[in-house]
Order: sequence, then C-alpha cells, then structure tokens
Amino acid sequence: MAQLDSGLGPVGTAGAAPVHARGRGGWLRRLPVVHQLRQSVGLQRGPLVAGLVLTGLFVLVAVLAPVLAPYDHSQLRTPEGAFGAQQPPSAEHWLGTTVGGYDVLSRVIWGAQTALYVVVVAILASIVIGVVLGLVSGYFGGWLDRVLVVVADAIYAFPSLLLAILAAIVISGGQASMWGGIMATALSITVVFVPQYFRVVRSEVVRVKGEAFVDAARVLGSGHVRIMTRHVLRNSVRTLPLIVTLNASEAILTLAGLGFLGFGIEPTAAAEWGYDLQRSIADVTSGIWWTALFPGLAIVVVALGMTLVGESLNDLADPRLRTRTASADVAGDVAQTSVQASVETSVEAELKAAGPTAGPAGPEQKEDRA
Amino acid sequence: MSASTAPGRDPVVVIKDLAVSFATDHGPVRAVDGVDLEVNPGEVLAIVGESGSGKTVTAKTILGLLPPTATTRGAVLLSGRDGATDVVSVPAARLRQVRGRDVAMVFQEPSTALNPVYPVGWQIAEGLRAHGRVSRSEARARAVEALRQVGIPDPEQRVNHYPHQFSGGQKQRIVIAMALALGPGLIVADEPTTALDVTVQAEILELLRRLRDETGTAIVLITHNMGVVADLADRVAVMYQGKVVEQASVGELFAQPQAAYTRALLGAVPRIGEGTARAEARAADRPAGWADAEPVVQATDLTITYPGRFRRPGFTAVDGVSLAIRPGEVLGLVGESGSGKTTIARAIAGLQPASGGSLRVLGTEMRGARPAALKAMRPRLGFVFQDPATSFNPLLTIAECVAEPLVVHGRASSPAAARRRVDELLEAVQLPRSYGDRFPHELSGGQRQRASLARALALDPELLVADEPTSALDVSVQARVLELFAELQKELGFACLFVSHDLAVVDLLADRIAVLYRGRLVEEGTGAEVLGAPREDYTRRLLASLPVPDPVAQRARREELAALTR
Repeated sequence: MAQLDSGLGPVGTAGAAPVHARGRGGWLRRLPVVHQLRQSVGLQRGPLVAGLVLTGLFVLVAVLAPVLAPYDHSQLRTPEGAFGAQQPPSAEHWLGTTVGGYDVLSRVIWGAQTALYVVVVAILASIVIGVVLGLVSGYFGGWLDRVLVVVADAIYAFPSLLLAILAAIVISGGQASMWGGIMATALSITVVFVPQYFRVVRSEVVRVKGEAFVDAARVLGSGHVRIMTRHVLRNSVRTLPLIVTLNASEAILTLAGLGFLGFGIEPTAAAEWGYDLQRSIADVTSGIWWTALFPGLAIVVVALGMTLVGESLNDLADPRLRTRTASADVAGDVAQTSVQASVETSVEAELKAAGPTAGPAGPEQKEDRA
Repeated sequence: MSASTAPGRDPVVVIKDLAVSFATDHGPVRAVDGVDLEVNPGEVLAIVGESGSGKTVTAKTILGLLPPTATTRGAVLLSGRDGATDVVSVPAARLRQVRGRDVAMVFQEPSTALNPVYPVGWQIAEGLRAHGRVSRSEARARAVEALRQVGIPDPEQRVNHYPHQFSGGQKQRIVIAMALALGPGLIVADEPTTALDVTVQAEILELLRRLRDETGTAIVLITHNMGVVADLADRVAVMYQGKVVEQASVGELFAQPQAAYTRALLGAVPRIGEGTARAEARAADRPAGWADAEPVVQATDLTITYPGRFRRPGFTAVDGVSLAIRPGEVLGLVGESGSGKTTIARAIAGLQPASGGSLRVLGTEMRGARPAALKAMRPRLGFVFQDPATSFNPLLTIAECVAEPLVVHGRASSPAAARRRVDELLEAVQLPRSYGDRFPHELSGGQRQRASLARALALDPELLVADEPTSALDVSVQARVLELFAELQKELGFACLFVSHDLAVVDLLADRIAVLYRGRLVEEGTGAEVLGAPREDYTRRLLASLPVPDPVAQRARREELAALTR
C-alpha cells in the first residue's frame, strides 16, 4: 500500500513527545499548588503568592504557638499576680487583655492552632466521606445514587451555619473539652461540606465512567473495585485541591461563626477567635478596641489568604483564564508534527524479514499543541 | 452577490511571509513559519496537511480569529469592497467590518456552530444586522433567499425552525448560507465535511462547487482528505510543519507531485481495490474444511435496543442482524454514523447487552450472560478503541496500561513483573521499549493507537474487535497503523471484526465486508463482491460518494453519483 519513502527529514523519535517530566524534583514540580505557582505569570501570580504567604504564616503561627505565645491560652495570672481585665496594650501584654482577663496576643496565637486543627480535621473528614460516597454513588448509579443525591440536595438547601449549629448540638450537646470541642466543631463543618465533595466527585466519576479507558478496563475483565480505585478514582479527584482551599476559608468562617454564637469550644479548653470576638462586643462601645480588633483581623487575614489561593488556583486551572507570557515577536520552534521511528529493534528486523512491512515510518502527528 | 465586486482579477487575499507562534505553558511554539499564499477570485484553494501542520492557523489568520496567546508576523492583505486590509495589523473595529462582508467562515462541526436557542433564519440575519440596519421583513426575506440558495426545501417554513430540527448535512448547508449572507469575496471552509457521512459529504461538496460557480466566491478549503481535494479544489497548497512545501494546480499535484512529503501523503491514502488481491491470497491459503469450523462470532437475528426515556419507546440501533466471523477471518463492518456498527462491536465485547436474537462469542451466549461467564471469555477477546487519546488511563504509564490485562487475569502479579512481556508487545507493535515509561499524553496519536493494539493483543486473543481504530488519525499515520495491523493479523492469526466508516480502509484489511444501513445488514460478501459489483442501491451510493484522490477519476465518479441519485 503506502510507499512512504525518502525525503522526510530524519527526525528522532525523542522529539515527538515532550520531555519526560520525571527526574530530580519532578514530583515536587507536579504537586498541586507548586505546579500552579510555577505556571502562573504576571497579574495572576500576585494574589497567589500573597495568599500562599498569608496561609503559610497562619500555619507557621499555629504550629509554633507554644513557642510564640507569651502566655497559655487560658492563663489569667503570673506568679506576680493577675493580668487584670481589659488592660490596654503594654509591655507585658502587647495587645492588651480581654474582659475575662486573658492576654489577647496569646489568645490570637493559640486561636490559630485551634483553627488549624478544626480546618484539617473538617476537611479530611469531608474528603474521605464525600469521595467514598461520590465514587460509589457515581459509579454504580441506581437507587443508591438517587437517594444520596436527594439527601445532598436537601443538605444544600439548609443555611450552612444553621446546619453546623444543629450538628454541634447533636454531636457535643453544647460545650466540651478542647479535643471534644474541636472534633464537634470539625464534624459539624463536615456535615456542611460533605455534599460539596460528594457532588463534585460524583459528577466527575459519572464523566470518567463514560471514558473509553474505563470501557477498555471493562473489556479486559477488571473487577468493579479495581476499576473504581485504579481507573476512576484517581481521574476524578483533580479538582479537589481547588475545593479544599476554597472550603478551608469557609471552614474558618464557620468555626468563628459557631464560636461567636456560643456553640464552639470552652474558653478554658482552647482559644477560639469567634468566641473572643463575641465577648468583646460590649467593649467596642466603651472604646476598648484591642479586644475585638485582633481576633477579627486574624479571621479576616486567614480567610483572605485561603480564598486568594483558592481563587488563583481556580483561574489557573482553566486554560482559558490562565495568562501566559506572550512573546513580543514570533518565536519558538515549530512543534514536531512528524517523526520517523529510528528504532531498529531485533523484532522489527524480524518482522521485516518475515513479510512486507510498512517501510520507514510515516509522518505522525502530535496533537498537544496549545 | 456577484463576482463583479472583486476589483478585476486581483487576488482576493495575499498572504506574505506569515508566521504565527503561540504562548503555551512550555514556552512559545511556532505554528506557521513563513507562509506565502494567494487566492484569486472564484478559485478554490485547498490547504492540505496533517494535524499540527498549521493549516487551520493560517486560515484563521485570514479572519483575524487567533486567540490572544498568538503572536503574528507578516501580512494578510484582504481585498474587499473598500480597498485592501491587512488583517494582521488593523484594529479590532475594522476587523469586525471586514468579517462577514469580505470574508466568512464555514466551521467543521455544524451542530456546534449554530446557536441552539435561535431559529436559523434569525442566525442568518444576524450577519446582516451586524453590518447595517435592515428591517425585520427584509432580513427574513434575505434569510429565506439564502436558505433557498443552499438547497433547503421549503425555505419559507424552515426559516423559523431551530437547528435541532435539521439533519447534520442541512445544518452545514445553513452554516454555509450564513457565510454567504453578505456576499463575501472569500469563504474559509475549515474541514467543512469531516464531521459528515460520505454521502452527505458528496452533497455538501456539490453545493460548494455550485455556489462558487454561481456567486464567484473564492474558497479556501482546509482539509486532510485528499479525496475532497481532488473533488473540489482548483489549486492545492501542501503544508508541513508550518511551511508550504508545495503549491500546484490540482491536476499537476496529483499527476506529478514534486515534494517528497506530498508523494508520501498521496501514497498513504488508501484506495479501493488495493486489498482485494491480498484477501484472495488469504482465502486461497485457508485449509480445507475451514468454512465448516465453528465461528468465533455468530449473530443470529441480533437486535439491540437502547431504552427510551420516560414513556418513550426505545431506540432500535441494531435490527435483526445475522453475521458470522470464522477463526482467523477479518470481517469489515461498514456504515454511516448511526448505522449501529459500533453498537454491534460493543455488544460482541460485552459492553452493550443484546436485547433480541442470539449472539454467540467464543462459545458464550452473550444475551443474558452472567458476569462470571463473561469473565471467562474476556481474556480471549481484545478490543481496540476509536480514540487513542481517551482509551488510556492518563495517570498510568504505557507499560502499566499494557500490563493491565496481564495483571487482571493473573498472568503477572504486578505491572513491574509483567514488564518483560510488555516490552515484547511494544516491540511487536514497533514502539521502542523506553516508551513504556512514558505517559499516554507524551505519545502521538499513531503511537498511542499502536500501544492500544499492544494492550489488546497482550493475552493472545482469538478475536480482536477494532472500533474505527484509525478514524482519529491522520492519513499518513493511518497507513502505518493499518499496515501494522495487517502484519500482526497475518502473524498471530486472530479473527477480527474491523469497524469503519471508510470503505477504502475496510477494503485494505477485510476478508469479507458487511454493509450496515440504519441497523440492518444490507449487503455482505467478499471485498471483490461488495465493492466490485455491489448489489444493493445503498452500497452503490456509498461507494460512489467516496471521493477518490484523483481529479480525473473523481470527475467521472461525480457524474456516476449524480446518475445514481437522480
């Protein structure tokens, strides 16, 4: 049939595909956030970097709270005597003290730790539950799918804070110890978030399930569990990092909201910004600004940082929204659209000897041009 | 709408030293590299080349339709009613004036080029409204006229219909009517028939030819199909890696191709009749009594119905089809889109339940088969999917993908343990071993399809089902994959169901050909019987619609088709 002879420039096969992205540091560059950071340019980079710095700062403060905080979160006195209530900022108390007589700076720093615990537990729990439900529901479909979708929709219809309050009452019966409180708060947030993960994962699973490679696995005779874990799951969770960052900021706000309404964690069990904010309402009118300002700022800064990261990731994930460095003049090389297989393996030689072969490779395409 | 608006015999568009590069995540990539072209009034210039050769980018530059990531150099001088415009450098407002009035575009996929929520008449009039005030009744009258011009029956009624009420071919006619609405001097048609069946393709090509003669519009035709080129083009520019490697009149190009690339491209186009001799040789080699052996696939009155939506009757995709594939035989299944050919392939692989009749595959009755019975049958069957881009899990390496059947069926404990066999398989399909460590997106389409073949053959199946394995590939790549396919079939001797919409491709490989039309088997026989002396009207029409890559022969065939459809 085809006599694809001569003439075509002998282009090495290696040029046909992009350079393999493995090797030193390759895995690091492919990590979700790191990859996007490297990808971003210009105006899109600013918010991402700012968000990452704020978020990094938050995590750092939370982890180093025992070192950074001058006092314990529930400390009211030193051996020299009590702190005193509503003291203005001073050398002993950089940010003053609260109406309950706690050190504001220490409460803010310890509050970061509480917030981090809650966010991590809440998101881990919602991911695990949401992903498992979404995977099973989307893959098998049927009545289970329909019931789960209706339940998720019903949960969606509730105001999330109201739902979190309900969950907090059901789970902890009101107030609890530090870990009890953290778990209770985290789980109430989980109840709100599970439907989000469920929906995203389910719709991705439904899409991936129709892809040819899943059909290919079915033709091979793979079992359901293998198809679900090896082929469907990993291809369905790509958008999760994005939702995680957006949810993290929402979790902070929900936590603060719960604390503010008095369904959070006992002040003696752990520091919590929402609770502190609520306790300082009366102070604001009497000119005591420091008790409300700093916990409030902490909430804003952390939520802002996470939202910035989330929104930037969102923009970068969409090739149409992603900006790229434009070149002033026409530049770059022509992508190799054609290759010649320059491999002369023993098998190929055998095949050649055995019968009519295709001769030198035909030109081949490469589709992944931008 | 006449050629008189074109000033004299000056070219409609002159492209001078055009270069375009795109900013991508991996730095700039050059798509077009110093292209010079000219299109004269009333001329059809075909730009051919494989995907990635820059032909579409060149065409889109004529309309200034490049995305903001593109950087352009050179000049595209478009002559219109008020003088020439350099599309590359003019501001956007001027570009909008030029578009539609001086140059218009026909897109590849008619169903996505039309807005589903507006009547087609409104969409045709949209172009008129964009270029000056027209009254409602005048816009309607002109839309009706445009529809009549492109051969839509009852244009007065149809003008109020919505896109979904038209067939694919009619939709493409409407898109052409939209392009013609303002009587532009040039129409850029980007793969206008690729998404259509061959019989419809022949009608659209006929329409374009007639419109060119009637209105004197020049056409830039972007295509990868050499048959379409031979049918419609006056002059041909062959593009390769962003450059024009050859430019000649259509007769000259097909008779005496100058560039080596053009020769290779023409050589790769499958032609009907090439496979007949091979099929005869294979038939002669068969041992006696072969015809009485138990078939690997035996379908009797096979019916497959897709369940309907709520309270609607189901859709019968396959209707009473009987066919058999004997050991070591290649059966080619041909038909247009919607003829049920893919459904049959999927039913044989157990991906689609049969709803009536009987389907025995490798001794297993597929209708109502239990999962356990299917599981036992599966290692004896391989499947090659249409689109190699989606049939691999993007997160697994090629070696892991090819090892998957070995692991699933317990021939190897892990993908790593199967690596030896995987390497053998990759070599059998002429891929370097090192490609096993690459990810699917790092391979070209043809390489991926070869890897797909390796995966299908991993367990030495007795039956291979190939569902349009080459329709997503360029002609030159297709040639190579088909060659490899034929070689492996000869060597390993598996039976094969080869599904394709392309008669020429099926002819190359198949021992017997079955023609499907709307779920029914209309004709079956050897290649020589079906293609040489078709008995059924439909087969004859299908055969005559297929454009051949030879302008002289194609002209004769065109007349033959006209006689058939009259």
